[in-house]
Amino acid sequence: MNKLEAQNVNVYYGANKVINDISISIKPNSVTAFIGPSGCGKSTFLRLFNRMNDYIDIFKMEGKVEIDGKNIYDKNIRVEELRKQIGMVFQKPNPFPKSIYENIVYGLRIQGIKDKNILDETVEKSLKQAALWEEVKDKLKNSALALSGGQQQRLCIARTLAVEPTVILMDEPASALDPISSAKVEELIYELKNNYTIVIVTHNMQQAARVSDTTAFFYMGELIEHDATKLIFTNPKNERTQNYVTGRFG
Amino acid sequence: MNSAVKNRIKDNAFKYFGIACTSFGLLMLAIFIGNILIEGVARIDWDFITNFPSRNPEKAGILPALVGTLWIMGLTAIIAIPLGVSAGVYLEEYGKKSRLANILEINISNLAGVPSIIYGLLGLEIFGRILGMGGSLLAGASTLSLLILPIIIVSTREALKAVPKSIKEASFAMGASKWQTIWYQLLPASFGGVITGIILALSRAIGETAPLIVIGALAYVPFVPASPTDEFSVLPIQIFNWISRPQKGFAINAASAIIILLLVTFVLNGVAMYLRNRWQKKVKW
Repeated sequence: MNKLEAQNVNVYYGANKVINDISISIKPNSVTAFIGPSGCGKSTFLRLFNRMNDYIDIFKMEGKVEIDGKNIYDKNIRVEELRKQIGMVFQKPNPFPKSIYENIVYGLRIQGIKDKNILDETVEKSLKQAALWEEVKDKLKNSALALSGGQQQRLCIARTLAVEPTVILMDEPASALDPISSAKVEELIYELKNNYTIVIVTHNMQQAARVSDTTAFFYMGELIEHDATKLIFTNPKNERTQNYVTGRFG
Repeated sequence: MNSAVKNRIKDNAFKYFGIACTSFGLLMLAIFIGNILIEGVARIDWDFITNFPSRNPEKAGILPALVGTLWIMGLTAIIAIPLGVSAGVYLEEYGKKSRLANILEINISNLAGVPSIIYGLLGLEIFGRILGMGGSLLAGASTLSLLILPIIIVSTREALKAVPKSIKEASFAMGASKWQTIWYQLLPASFGGVITGIILALSRAIGETAPLIVIGALAYVPFVPASPTDEFSVLPIQIFNWISRPQKGFAINAASAIIILLLVTFVLNGVAMYLRNRWQKKVKW
């Protein structure tokens, strides 16, 4: 069964149609890259999966978005529950202005978990998963804002992992980082895909080619092509895809 | 003379004009404070602080007025802080788009401009008469709370607005509810701004005289208020009372009381600045 599925989705910002009749299926434990020029709707589309667009007043959508076969825009879906299952990492690292420790346990605290053993274990486990443990294990009580940008982004990934989601959405997670930090995040994505379904929006073609299993090309609010990454980059069916991945426009 | 030289002269002229403008207010304040200090500082001793008012200016003290001022501050804080901060959070985070919130917002801005004596009349009618509080500390504190609520509400909103949207998004994306986001993220992150607004509002309340006179605060209080239902006086009223007397001795007393009132206000403002700086160091975006 598909992990994520969108069927005939339209999205409007006021009278503006920004997503035009998109359907897509995403397999479990895979990495899917969304590529396309700025303003093509890929970030908006990504944010449909954890309902982050709900905060935009003029947002309206039609169609179905499903996780494990359940429509997440159903009236009796609780958004808070949904987001424990679908984590998100943002473009700019956005740790909370609290200690490293408190950043990681935030997701547990808001679920009412107080047991110190569980919290401690989660902190270690999540930081190890995010390949950050060795760098910060002696300064867990320090402010997260004192970390470098790359460390902050891995902290944000660890924070997301702490609540044990099954899906992780990443909105250009490495675009604000230097090449070395960026490479570390990529490596991390590669490792995480064994246990998580990952969807990543990226402007970096090489990154898409390196980390993803399938790639979806968006253009002007439409999904032009979605196929195995190898095919998209070597032998795309659509001419516009070809032009984009070879750098002829965008 | 070429234009570059002309421009430079103009530039300098404006700079000195600006310095003159800035110093004017400060100079006036300095003269005022100097005057008060020369006149009043010799009169301040422990007796002045612990004595009751008296017909004899050398024996008169400010104890009831000082205690009254502290009571009023405390009660006003207890009433105004929760109301003001909650209203600010509502308007900023919940009611942003609703028509009700719009109406509330316009009214709050208007309230900030209402003369304080009008608040006194409002307080006299509602707290003094209808709710039967009379001229008590509670009635005075409630009235002053109304007076400073707009300041607290506006500063709370500004402080919340200054928290980056990315923090809010991160919290929501972790599965936090709106309330959890406000409680665990937005309020702690905006604490410095909120507390500054609160203390500035309280230092405004500390100097108010008119509304308290209207609700019936006393000029002569031969006892120390011991509970919120007691009648009271405050420092500004004591000062006003002394200044209006013909004897020279009371004018000196007034100057001394002004020094004490200024000290209390400076301490409050100092605390505000300290807290704000401490918090800004902790929270950097």
